[in-house]
Amino acid sequence: MSAAAAPPPLAEVERLVKRFELTRGIVLRRRVGEVAAVDDVTLAVREGESLGIVGETGSGKSTLARILLNLLEPTSGVVRWRGEDVTRARGAELLRLRRARQLVFQDPAGSLNPRKTVGAAIADPFAIHGLLPERTARGRRVGELLEQVGLDPALANRYPHELSGGMRQRVGIARAIALGPELLVADEPVSALDVSIQAQILTLLRELRRELGLTLVLIAHDLAVVRHMCERVAVMREGRLVEVAPVQELFTAPREDYTRELLAAVPRIPGPAPQAPQSSSSSST
Amino acid sequence: MSAVLRVEDLRVAFDTREGLVQAVDGVSFAVAPGRTLGIVGESGCGKTVAATTAMGLSRGPRVRVSGRVELNGEELLGASPERLRALRGERIAMVFQDPLSALHPLLRVGDQIGEAMRAHRGRRGGISRAAARARAVELLDQVAIPDARRRADAYPHELSGGMRQRAMIAMAIANEPRVLIADEPTTALDVTVQRQILALLRRLRDDLGMAMVLITHDLGVVAETADEVAVMYAGRIVEQAPAAELFAAPRHPYTWGLLGSMPRLDAPVGAALTPIPGRPPSLIHPPSGCRFHPRCPYVQERHRTDDPPLEPVAGAPGHRVACLLPEAERRELWARLAAGATPQQARAAAGSAGGERSA
Repeated sequence: MSAAAAPPPLAEVERLVKRFELTRGIVLRRRVGEVAAVDDVTLAVREGESLGIVGETGSGKSTLARILLNLLEPTSGVVRWRGEDVTRARGAELLRLRRARQLVFQDPAGSLNPRKTVGAAIADPFAIHGLLPERTARGRRVGELLEQVGLDPALANRYPHELSGGMRQRVGIARAIALGPELLVADEPVSALDVSIQAQILTLLRELRRELGLTLVLIAHDLAVVRHMCERVAVMREGRLVEVAPVQELFTAPREDYTRELLAAVPRIPGPAPQAPQSSSSSST
Repeated sequence: MSAVLRVEDLRVAFDTREGLVQAVDGVSFAVAPGRTLGIVGESGCGKTVAATTAMGLSRGPRVRVSGRVELNGEELLGASPERLRALRGERIAMVFQDPLSALHPLLRVGDQIGEAMRAHRGRRGGISRAAARARAVELLDQVAIPDARRRADAYPHELSGGMRQRAMIAMAIANEPRVLIADEPTTALDVTVQRQILALLRRLRDDLGMAMVLITHDLGVVAETADEVAVMYAGRIVEQAPAAELFAAPRHPYTWGLLGSMPRLDAPVGAALTPIPGRPPSLIHPPSGCRFHPRCPYVQERHRTDDPPLEPVAGAPGHRVACLLPEAERRELWARLAAGATPQQARAAAGSAGGERSA
């Protein structure tokens, strides 16, 4: 709990604002107002932690994540990476940042090129960054990555449409970890999947985090998922940060009414949970 | 209490280019007025097909349907299209997951609800446009849409997701149906809105004395809404029980798997999930024997060939399960799982405790 031992933030945003214009009309398009998707948010991601960002539709959680990854430029405010201002990073610097920070999407079908084999999709990042130029080495690495996410390396020759949703999400994850990133941002990674497959993917993400020492930012609307995966949770509403707290504290003693309201709305499953209480080597405090 | 909707040995198959898809394979259930049956399962388990067939919506040259669906004692599967159209809406209605695609985008919400009424009461002897409109406002009020008079003039895209779902529920209850089928009615909604919609459905069920069938993948939603739960897997009901009983003493390994897969707020922080390995099977070539056997941690040799029927659980009224494991062993396994054992640990412990049982 003491601030002295806290590791320096890996990524951070300060006084971040992102406004989008509201327009009306198709032919005679005119500006009718503005909406602040992210409204004065300051938040730090500590190295090695898993931070959950929860909120309902329109809370700004996905916009925040995209700005954090330089996929979207803020209206104002600062984005830092290891203490360095990278808000307007370009060129080689941006490429270096991309390698260190990767995104896992909600819809793996929509984020994979349907005309590329799974192997080619996973090898893409190597080509972009000019790594592993030799074909056999690249192929071997792709096979390793597929195994690492629990898939048969032979799937490298298949196309995305030949895979199930859960398998495609595994491919998305393999691609995201291909370059050995330090930060993985997962935006609703399981909300499109069936219950039994969700559990597989969440378990995989937890294992990978431990194996690779990844820092994870998990964006989700499902509070139980965030509680399961994260050590710290940020609650957002209408572009603003409502509350940030360690997971235990947030779920047992939330400070804000809105957090309480969100928690109360989660449907409870009665009866015992057939789940092993074993903790994941508890890197949390 | 006698059932208003009774489905018996329903089988639905679709003739596709890849082969015959047996989407529903011998499903039976019944729902009484004022009661809710929750049908739970993953995508492709047949839960939606079972419900749409009960509505008479699965018809066509490439659909093969057999079994019985009785609404108030009247057989629906053989009913004429005219008769079905009359019953739909008036006696049995449906609410879908995505109201935006179920509502007409170019018609005002109030007019669509009025249309639902006029279609049944008849344009000739029935209800005037003005009366229909007044009733539409009343219905929007009943589903707790604020400022109903004004909202009746709105187009679907002008409403939020929650409001649209309310509007669709208003349309579904316009003719006070005896049976309401709700297919993932809250899946696309935020959790706070979901809570309101579930409360609304419960209230309407009680006020109107409707029988409700709630189809969902979410065990939490079922726990809060249903009196009875049927768990479906690969076109079959594998377990069925009163809701409280199902969550306190589930008897099917697939149900255990679902419960083990869901992160929940009452688990210890850091607890591991227990995912079900593999994925749901193809309905064109379903597995032999018990359909769950390729994913079941407790599989035995004969489970690969023997097909378990849905049978009553001794000493638990209303609880039925389709599993080849002996009841005593299943009780033992669940006790271990509920105490936090992994399936492997539970299996080892139950095996040594039970010894070699002769079949």
